[in-house]
Amino acid sequence: MRNFYGTALDNPLMLGTAQYPSPAILAEAFRRSGAAVATVSLRRESGQDRAGQDFWALIRDLGVHVLPNTAGCHSVKEAVTTAHMAREVFGTKWIKLEVIGEEDTLQPDVFGLVEAARILTEDGFQVFPYTTEDLVVADRLLHAGCEVLMPWGAPIGSGLGLNNLFGLRAMRAHFPDVPLVIDAGLGLPSQATQAMELGYDAVLLNTAVAKAGDPAAMAEAFALALRAGRLACDADPMEPRDMAAPSTPVLGKAFLS
Amino acid sequence: MNITLNGESRVIAATTLTDALTEAGYGDAVVATAVNGNFVPQGLRAGLTLSNGDAIEVLAPMQGG
Repeated sequence: MRNFYGTALDNPLMLGTAQYPSPAILAEAFRRSGAAVATVSLRRESGQDRAGQDFWALIRDLGVHVLPNTAGCHSVKEAVTTAHMAREVFGTKWIKLEVIGEEDTLQPDVFGLVEAARILTEDGFQVFPYTTEDLVVADRLLHAGCEVLMPWGAPIGSGLGLNNLFGLRAMRAHFPDVPLVIDAGLGLPSQATQAMELGYDAVLLNTAVAKAGDPAAMAEAFALALRAGRLACDADPMEPRDMAAPSTPVLGKAFLS
Repeated sequence: MNITLNGESRVIAATTLTDALTEAGYGDAVVATAVNGNFVPQGLRAGLTLSNGDAIEVLAPMQGG
């Protein structure tokens, strides 16, 4: 397992914490999947309700690494300020950096993303950038100080899977030593297997688990799928070919016609 | 003075950010703060004197993906 800013994860599943039917089901999903990382966010807190305090206690009890995000930020300043606030509240240098550029697809504003990544890495953050599979952008992010890349599989919450296999395969090939995480767009465990078969190091997902009829079972299914994909990748898969090739030996075949 | 707290207008007696948080009921809650769009670390809240019309954001851990 590759290290993420010096941290080795014993499970390649990074699991979101939003949209679960209940806190108990959220906790059960983490328990059954063994997810090593929980993504969290920051939102306005009411002085009366203090809902965030209970949530934070729940997350701390999970005993996982916490990856705060800058979800919903559309500008560099907004994302950088949110990252600073997250570092203070969550006590971690890790930040899942999102700078959204397009409303319908929630596609990253890659120009703002690179700029924000540079500002934050210079300030000591360990940035997990939510990006596209664009190789030029990836290169800029690495030069900005990112040591992890998180290309999207498909638009956030869409469940479409890996939309651009060519691009994702190319990214793995171009950056063999960089930890790569598929972030967003996964809907089924088989898609997570595919990501691991491509040689990706982890996947980050939320909606596919939280919105399943049985989130805890689905979380476990994803964990098993990731294990299968990793095992398959390490087992060095055969090369596909266009024409048939007999798998049963021809030598020694009876002549019966 | 008049301030905006998490998007809502309100009148407060406090003059510093720390006192404003206490007055608004946050007490010892784990929160991060920003004033007029700029992050204010916990250690600087007591020394930050508020002005009429300031916009304060108080954020806390929340579910996220």
